[in-house]
Amino acid sequence: MTVDGFFTTYGFLIVSMLLGALMGLSLYLPLMAGQLSLASPGFYALGGYIAAILSTQVFPSTASQFTLTLLLLEMLIAGAVCGVLGVVVGIPALRLRGIYLALATIAFVEVLRVLSLNLEITGGAVGIFGIPQPFATPIEYLWVAVPLLLISMAVLYRLERIRAGRAFIGIREDELAAGAMGINPTYYKVLAFTLGAILAGVVGALSAHFLNTWNARQGTFDASIVYLTSVLIGGTRTFLGPVLGGMVFTALPEVLRGLADTPNLPTALAQFLRDGRLIIFGVLIVLGTIFFPQGLVTPDLFTRRNRSQKQQIQA
Amino acid sequence: MSQENFATNSPAGASERLPSADPQKGPAQNPPLLEAKELTRRFGGLVAVNEVSFTVQKHEIFGLIGPNGAGKTTLFNTITGLLQPSSGKLLYQGKEITRLRPHQIAARGIARTFQNIRLFGELSALENVSIARHTHIKSTVLQGVLGLPPAPLEERQTQQKALELLELVGLRDRAEEKAKNFSYGDQRRLEIARALALEPQVLLLDEPAAGMNPSEKHQLSDFIRQVREQFNLTVILIEHHVPLVMGLCDRIAVLDFGQLIALGEPSVVRNDPAVIEAYLGDD
Repeated sequence: MTVDGFFTTYGFLIVSMLLGALMGLSLYLPLMAGQLSLASPGFYALGGYIAAILSTQVFPSTASQFTLTLLLLEMLIAGAVCGVLGVVVGIPALRLRGIYLALATIAFVEVLRVLSLNLEITGGAVGIFGIPQPFATPIEYLWVAVPLLLISMAVLYRLERIRAGRAFIGIREDELAAGAMGINPTYYKVLAFTLGAILAGVVGALSAHFLNTWNARQGTFDASIVYLTSVLIGGTRTFLGPVLGGMVFTALPEVLRGLADTPNLPTALAQFLRDGRLIIFGVLIVLGTIFFPQGLVTPDLFTRRNRSQKQQIQA
Repeated sequence: MSQENFATNSPAGASERLPSADPQKGPAQNPPLLEAKELTRRFGGLVAVNEVSFTVQKHEIFGLIGPNGAGKTTLFNTITGLLQPSSGKLLYQGKEITRLRPHQIAARGIARTFQNIRLFGELSALENVSIARHTHIKSTVLQGVLGLPPAPLEERQTQQKALELLELVGLRDRAEEKAKNFSYGDQRRLEIARALALEPQVLLLDEPAAGMNPSEKHQLSDFIRQVREQFNLTVILIEHHVPLVMGLCDRIAVLDFGQLIALGEPSVVRNDPAVIEAYLGDD
């Protein structure tokens, strides 16, 4: 296969994987401060609607070619709106802990979904389609997705090493002790939640254009589970976990679909590989939390391997 | 027999005896650093801390003793904002801090350790101490992420300061080890280093010697005196080990069933009939 052919065939999947990695990061941010929030898909959906509405109804449609500048502007607006909403939702929601926060954020995602199904501006059940394209082919979305992912990773890399990130981690490890160290838990929980909301909104805006159509099936509870799998299996202790997890678990359904097409496969198995995505993710979450409570990619992989090898040599 | 009379004293009677137990240096000359005024904390019908009043002078080592369940840790939690007092007032440097939240009280210069050690177990010793430098870093999130001044300098200082504190408690060699892998005594030391990272005025130690062997306990006394001098600290400590408290503290307050039954210099408190009563029972 030629390079061009490869990108034509897999361009869509590659960009999807990067978007999945970004969504993994947006779920990872509140988790960094120990908050299990499943609100990211809600902000993702909202960001998508903002971009879809702006590009189809607000921006001048005289220009047949939708420009990159407008796309970036939409991503900025979506991020800002989701940031404000993140603060508004986060302050009351983050009074809840653990599973109760998770439930409240699932409810938030559902509220947004029902709203988008019933509002006129979001196109109801049909949604919004014919969202203008700044690029000619899906693979060209890499021009935006790659820098966005690299910037997000750089921000998280830095964040894990500065005051605010240490405050997040302190709260995750022991909120009470963190408070006694002068860290304001409410402030940093809302900050982590809001940063995740902003990222999800920005990714949503990009995805709306990338997918060309946006409706109430985007960013639902199903998506929450996929992103949750990415983070829990990928790793909850370093940002690399959700990045790798997001890529793998976005590609997994496609891989399974490929497997299902292998000849001579029993029909039931082929059917399962094609449609059993959520079952597989569910099983992975359960197994992952039992056997790899911190996920597969942990900081120890990078820092402690050398030491344990030394110890083995000495022993 | 006279001891029994003391034992059945009303709280008012107990507090009447307090002035005589006070040390000669009159508190009136120096305004107290920390002052509790009739501090009370109830849990339902249980009065865990009952109208406790005392003052702590700057640079003092102030001991808090009492039998199990006397309300010592509840009093600590009330001072540090983990629990709200049901009534009463708490003054620090002359200002009321009664209703402040834990992080606000910590930021004002009151740091603490915990009876049931609360380190960040999964994090390294260095990270544990670095996290507690929180209130001394001024750069914003944006400056930190972008590495703009003063963030890089502050991060270097944070690291350096944390290593100095680990050096002080003798754990510098193990800065990269996870806190949960430390021995009990080392964890207590690390918790003190973490509290010192706040550069507090007042350090509250909740049973710092628990789980230490006799020689470690002896070292701990010297260590507490040393940090008091070095950081110009005021120390309030809860401790069960009576010889350690008697040898270390300038003044001692004794709690029993939530009530302050004695307050004064160790030599006075040691011979107080009510204290003997509380510790030995009343048969």
